[in-house]
Amino acid sequence: MERKTKINAEDGKQELVITREFDLPLELLFKAYVEPDIVEQWMGTKVLKLESKKHGSYQFETTDAKGNKYGFNGVIHEFVPNQKITRTFEMENTPFGVQLEFLEFEKLTDDTSKLNMHIVYRSVALRDQMLQLPFAQGINMAHNRLQNIVGKPACR
Amino acid sequence: MNLRRDVFQAIADPTRRAVLLLVASQSMTAGAIAANFDTARPTVSKHLQILTECELLKQEQNGREIYYHINAKKMKEVADFIEPFRKMWDDRFNKLETIMKKYNPGSNRKKK
Repeated sequence: MERKTKINAEDGKQELVITREFDLPLELLFKAYVEPDIVEQWMGTKVLKLESKKHGSYQFETTDAKGNKYGFNGVIHEFVPNQKITRTFEMENTPFGVQLEFLEFEKLTDDTSKLNMHIVYRSVALRDQMLQLPFAQGINMAHNRLQNIVGKPACR
Repeated sequence: MNLRRDVFQAIADPTRRAVLLLVASQSMTAGAIAANFDTARPTVSKHLQILTECELLKQEQNGREIYYHINAKKMKEVADFIEPFRKMWDDRFNKLETIMKKYNPGSNRKKK
């Protein structure tokens, strides 16, 4: 079976592209990025703020099993309904810094659509690190570990 | 020689994946790695041994300390190096699809 979600991450580049075809009309796919209560469901995060418009911003917050909270935020640079969202994304309190995301939504047929997500990182090393993150059991664990590392004096 | 040790076995274990992530950020001593886990120290040592045997981790002597660091080359040899990343997005998108298939705004659904 053809894989629905594809990742294209070329060696030595500071960007990657995620593509996915959906058995959903374009309008429904786009709505899943705009309606806060729907975003909450599929992203598994709390939406504190989501201003889906040019120069709008958003804030998500995820709580792990231990009750630790992790913040994510970004600003929306460009917003064209059913076509594209250009935005930044940042995990708060991590050394990863901000990344730039170009989301393009495309109609395939009346009942199918496609998402093209182009992410640009600050450096090649950072991109590779982000690709490795899910090796750990989910993003929460990654945060815990990183906070542990960041919170400690450098071992020498 | 132990034939059981291959990279896939190595990354199949959640603790070992966490160790790899930890060491990916910076080289660390066994003690510093173990301090991040509730698991007993010998258990962590065993995980480090397995990761080193299959060359995902390399040891480097620095003074009296041995630092573990990630062997990026070997990591890339793992055919599905980015598979967990892909899987994470695939899971999210599957969820999105399931939710939106059930989504019914009611009367304003357009007839095509």
